Amino acid sequence: MSKTAEFHQRDTGRHPPALTPTYKTSVARSPRFALISLDQSVAEMTGPTFGHSDLDAGDNDLLNNYAKPGENPIGERIILHGRVLDENARPVPNTLVEIWQANAGGRYRHRNDRYLAPIDPNFGGCGRALTDDQGYYHFRTVKPGAYPWRNRVNDWRPAHVHFSVFGTAFCQRLITQCYFEGDPLIPLCPIIQTIPDDDAVDGLVAKLDMNATIPLDTIAYRFDIVLRGRRATLFENRMEGT
Amino acid sequence: MDDLGYLKVTASQTAGPYVHIGLAPGAAGFDIYERELGWDIAGPNAQGKRINVTGRVIDGTGSPVKDVLLEVWQANAAGHFAHPDGGGEVEDGFRGWGRVISDFESGEWRLETVKPGPCPGRGGTIQAPHLSLWIVARGINVGLQTRMYFEDEAEANANDPVLNMIEWENRRATLLATRVAEGEYRFDIRLQGDGETVFFDV
Repeated sequence: MSKTAEFHQRDTGRHPPALTPTYKTSVARSPRFALISLDQSVAEMTGPTFGHSDLDAGDNDLLNNYAKPGENPIGERIILHGRVLDENARPVPNTLVEIWQANAGGRYRHRNDRYLAPIDPNFGGCGRALTDDQGYYHFRTVKPGAYPWRNRVNDWRPAHVHFSVFGTAFCQRLITQCYFEGDPLIPLCPIIQTIPDDDAVDGLVAKLDMNATIPLDTIAYRFDIVLRGRRATLFENRMEGT
Repeated sequence: MDDLGYLKVTASQTAGPYVHIGLAPGAAGFDIYERELGWDIAGPNAQGKRINVTGRVIDGTGSPVKDVLLEVWQANAAGHFAHPDGGGEVEDGFRGWGRVISDFESGEWRLETVKPGPCPGRGGTIQAPHLSLWIVARGINVGLQTRMYFEDEAEANANDPVLNMIEWENRRATLLATRVAEGEYRFDIRLQGDGETVFFDV
């Protein structure tokens, strides 16, 4: 029964507004009219589902999924793991998590990236995983490098990994970025500064997790993701589906 | 403030200029997965009318956005979504979900699918055939949600609860795809400026 309940309204105090002039690209790409509030229907409360047949076993291992046999990418080897939950603190199982990132030198494997740092022949820079029945996911990768970008004349992106998460409904769809604890570039970044709430910024910072580290092999960071939650109770004065 | 045990949502961030690396690496120029996701929306067994939709996403300067990624979510011809709460069975292989990437030079995108059927709306209403769209790109801080309706469904559109909720009637037309030929539609999305597309807070 509770599955038909709608989702909590979007927490706009935590998300960046559309128009953020210090992040210059947003100026011409942000709507000027207010978003129109929509009563959620089946189109918003459902979304694509994924299964293990969509993925291959090694898709979550960026240390291996593009490396030549017997070779490894350059850089600090990390485990990036965490849990996908909703606002009601319930795990989101079996949902697709996709990531992409620059290599350890701060260069993306993309035709438009012309930064001086070299392409790493053994690093593609993307991976994907399904959360398990408790909402946990994990990746192996290298820690990405910081890089300069053309916003103001001397802006640098802190090390970051892009995350795309589905949840169970199209209205939960989220793309975000994960940063790394202790990075001095975090407070200087105009893209991070689009977020109005310091606690929300802190929520995007993966924490060093020594307990998940593999000694003499791979250091670990933990990044938990919270998606919108469904209202818990369907009250009796409203019929299902209305 | 968190006494009730609720968690705070994770903030959205822009997908950035290199979203294709993560979500459509083949378009970024390298093969990494055996199966890329979202390339076949309807599958081979879907009933109903096959359609193609072509369009562009246009920014506030009037220029096409050449690094945009759209996702589509739609019902099948019977009005069912491929989800446990989606209203009914769908054909084997019908996903109803797709990813569409604009051409890096022209900004044009194109999707191939089947025309969805009407589906239930709130309060016993019927929603006209439509595609739900989610748009991300560099400079878009939170993915934009909109819908595409079909101009040749005038009667269904006139009774659609979502179109009718838009107070400014002249803005409803921003959600209508133009029929340019049999099974061919055109739908341009304007992020800002004259004819700005209606976007939804869902």
